[in-house]
Amino acid sequence: MEEKSEKSGTPWVWGLLLPYIALLWLPFYNAKEPAIAGFPFFYWYQFAWVPLTSLLIFLVYRKVK
Amino acid sequence: MSTDTINWTALTVFILFFALVTVIGFFAARWRAGDMTQLHEWGLGGRRFGTIITWFLVGGDFYTAYTVIAVPALVYAVGAYGFFALPYTIVVYPLVFLVMPRLWAVCHKHDYVTGADFVHGRYGSSWLALAVALTGLLATMPYIALQLVGMQVVIGALGIGGEGFTGEIPLIVAFVILAVYTYASGLRAPAMIAFVKDVMIYIVVIAAIAIIPMHLGGYGAVFDAADKAFQAKGGATGLILQPGQFVPFATLALGSAFAAFMYPHTMTGVLSSSSGDVVRKNAMLLPAYTVLLGLIAMLGYMAIAAGVTVKSPTAVVPALFLKIFPDWFVGFSFAAIAIGALVPAAIMSIGAANLFTRNIWRTFVNPNITPAAESSVAKLVSLIVKFGALIFIVALPTQFAIDLQLLGGVWILQTFPAIVLGLYKTRLRPSALLVGWFAGMVVGTLMAYQTGLKPIYPLVVGGTTYSVYIGVLAGALNLVVSTVASFLFGALGIGQGSDETEPGDYQLSKAK
Repeated sequence: MEEKSEKSGTPWVWGLLLPYIALLWLPFYNAKEPAIAGFPFFYWYQFAWVPLTSLLIFLVYRKVK
Repeated sequence: MSTDTINWTALTVFILFFALVTVIGFFAARWRAGDMTQLHEWGLGGRRFGTIITWFLVGGDFYTAYTVIAVPALVYAVGAYGFFALPYTIVVYPLVFLVMPRLWAVCHKHDYVTGADFVHGRYGSSWLALAVALTGLLATMPYIALQLVGMQVVIGALGIGGEGFTGEIPLIVAFVILAVYTYASGLRAPAMIAFVKDVMIYIVVIAAIAIIPMHLGGYGAVFDAADKAFQAKGGATGLILQPGQFVPFATLALGSAFAAFMYPHTMTGVLSSSSGDVVRKNAMLLPAYTVLLGLIAMLGYMAIAAGVTVKSPTAVVPALFLKIFPDWFVGFSFAAIAIGALVPAAIMSIGAANLFTRNIWRTFVNPNITPAAESSVAKLVSLIVKFGALIFIVALPTQFAIDLQLLGGVWILQTFPAIVLGLYKTRLRPSALLVGWFAGMVVGTLMAYQTGLKPIYPLVVGGTTYSVYIGVLAGALNLVVSTVASFLFGALGIGQGSDETEPGDYQLSKAK
């Protein structure tokens, strides 16, 4: 399979690495404080990355569509 | 079993909803009717599911009933560590977004029904395709069996389970129903049922996260109660991770994410969509289920706060619901979980049947098979696979299925290099990928055996011990061996293989 330059080769694609860094590097969020609405940081931080990841994918989608 | 332990109200509601989805399952064949004598019609729903149906289908298939039981059970037992499911089901989507539309495009172009079909075409090697197909079958069987565990747990909680063979009758009845409508309707059945199942699960979870904390004094109180309980246990587990749990947590999340869409059932879900764009949109929309999963995980802490004590952690969720919800809603919730087991079990058996038919039967037994005969073989295999799983669960200890499912994750990850790297311009040779696959399978299995079937292996590097998810270690070895062997075979001029795909086949715009 020979292939010329890819449409998905836009630099925006690199933004998709952010969730990996943010969620796989535990020292970033392995803490109880600050808590929000009873949820320790460890939990709401993870929940927050769900819509953030969707948003990142949406931004890249707009660029490669 | 005795009649006084049966929760009649809950049971009646349960049976009502179960009957409803049975009717839907049988009518599904008529929905957007296709020619069921074609494998891509029976086994991929004719590749015409749009964004919404795919969302329900993949959501119902990836976030299984066993998840609803097992994730809270893990959180109940080990706290923060059990939440690896959340990063796992977040980081999986950027990968799905980048990789799966390419897979969809090339499979649509060449009428590939399975991942192994693609491998066959891409590398011209029926042996590598066989390796991928066998791995898929091996990894899927215990997964189907685990869906039955999910059903067993709720049936038992309704009071109609009980000891011995008679206790298994409700499970067997439910499964025969599943087998028959999957046989008749193919992938259309779970696609339609997924819709009902997901709506039910959403209702249950939203009710649970709204009502249960009210009984327990709010989320702050729930977390506090869990924190105290873990401290009382000695503090090896808790609301946040110990530093020693960082690497296991992160590698489990990453490895599981890489494995997730290599399974035959998730891949079947992706390939049944009507366009690559549908796949991309779903990568954006499916994280909604991850929020749901995170909330389901919270049930583990709620169970601690509610003072639920159980013999086996898998009983945590049913016990919590029985304690808090009124009987009729218990019936509704349990029906949602049981129906939630039917959807993935159906898709898994269809995915396995497609693999067997295309990559074993057609390649090695009957290359001149007609499309109609192909479809018949697949239908029959879907029955055999399901009854195999049923016998598995009725005859063997549940722990056996759980252990094997864990190994299944390690195994299925070994198909990642051949499939995913195959979607890009790589010079890896099929025979080298086969050697890498073999190395990963053997070493991964041995490591799991050594750790007593725990997912984490204590790897010693330069005197320091790192606890790493076995799937990641075996996968890395697989990749290194595949690459080195490719250079070696290249230098010797052997195992070139042949590629029937063109670069344009992977592009979405041309596949529309």
